[in-house]
Amino acid sequence: MKKAFPILAVITAGLLSYALYEALVVAPTEQTMGDVQRIFYYHVPSAWTAFLLFFINFVASVWYLIRRDTTADILALVTAEVGVVFCTVVLVTGPLWARPVWGIWWTWDVRLTSTLVLWLIYVSYILLRRFSTSGQTPVLAAALAVFGALDVPLVYFSIWFFRTQHPQPVIGGGGSIDPRMLHVLLINWLAFMCFAVLVCWSRYRLERLQRDVDETMALEDLLDPRSSVR
Amino acid sequence: MSAAPLAASGVTLATLAKDIRLEWRSKDAINSMLFFALLVVVVFAFSFDPTAEESRQIAGGLVWVAFLFAAVVALNQTWARELRNQVLDAYRVAPAPPNSLFLAKALGNFLFVLILECLMTPLFVVFYKLRALGPGWQLVFVAILGTWALVVNGTFFAAMSLRTRTREIMLPLLLFPISIPALLAMVEATTMILTGEGRARFWIVLLATYDVVFTTACLALFDKVLDAE
Repeated sequence: MKKAFPILAVITAGLLSYALYEALVVAPTEQTMGDVQRIFYYHVPSAWTAFLLFFINFVASVWYLIRRDTTADILALVTAEVGVVFCTVVLVTGPLWARPVWGIWWTWDVRLTSTLVLWLIYVSYILLRRFSTSGQTPVLAAALAVFGALDVPLVYFSIWFFRTQHPQPVIGGGGSIDPRMLHVLLINWLAFMCFAVLVCWSRYRLERLQRDVDETMALEDLLDPRSSVR
Repeated sequence: MSAAPLAASGVTLATLAKDIRLEWRSKDAINSMLFFALLVVVVFAFSFDPTAEESRQIAGGLVWVAFLFAAVVALNQTWARELRNQVLDAYRVAPAPPNSLFLAKALGNFLFVLILECLMTPLFVVFYKLRALGPGWQLVFVAILGTWALVVNGTFFAAMSLRTRTREIMLPLLLFPISIPALLAMVEATTMILTGEGRARFWIVLLATYDVVFTTACLALFDKVLDAE
């Protein structure tokens, strides 16, 4: 497994560079929006990656509540953190695109607002983990993750009543997209997914090591309280 | 088999009665909530200075934001009160089902916030010159469903934030993001009823759905949160 990490890192770097070239040079320029549209190759893959990570977070949290499996807990923590990062990318690139195309930075449309609320929920999740003092942080965090997941459809339906301004989803939404653009989009998504896996992986190893260190130190204190000067 | 739910409801009623008696004697929660809500009303009235027509448009938001903030004041006290003398630990080792304790706490908070709303509503009407142009009786449904939506999750998250370093600050940080759909529904329904434009039924149904979903979630997960130490 240790050898796989640098290999994945190299593959990710290659894919990201190729995806960048494809997005900026190869992909055809959109007729009405011009080059601004190219931000789409970062915006949409980030959104898909973030939603996928949040979904993994939910599954891992439920798994933790049932089985009390430490791996599931670390996975939930890691996917929430990386998911928030990708969600932030979505929320920043969206307005950058909206300003020249729609003429406004932000609108309270259903997809924008749902994404923002999702981001808020997961930031509160990270805050809870940060501020929790009990040894049962994983249980509390997992419970909050379940609440957040239950909230998502309600958020979506409640904001659905407002007029939707966001372009229709390019896949499965009846919207049409140039096949070459779709190709570039999917390559970018693949690159972003590899990047997400890579970051999650190293964060996972870090968290594992951190917990091992904490455990060893606690054990040492327990075995010989006089030797510890802390 | 019928003894178990009966015993559970007995625990709920006993805890609820205890909380009401405590509140009746000290009036801690209700006094601080009332004064807080009053402050919000006055500050908003100063900062917006609305005419009768404008206030109809914004009152839904003002009323519910005031009640939400005030409810957080009461919610923060619910469990903190039980920490003194290790009452919460006693609950934990007692054979009583955790959910009956949760229900008692949630019902208690529900009652306190409803009383607050009954006392504050006349003040809102006077300060903001309100008069409902739509079917006013629907406001009762909005108030009951909306208050339960805030209180059931609030009671749950208050129990959660007991275990954090920044106890009082943590509750709104957890509660507000999750409550956004409920808050939106309350505000929209109230505004629609006050202005008489559109029908509030969709929002009331949404509130009811929210209540059912999160009451179930709270009851399913509360024992895990109570035991977390």
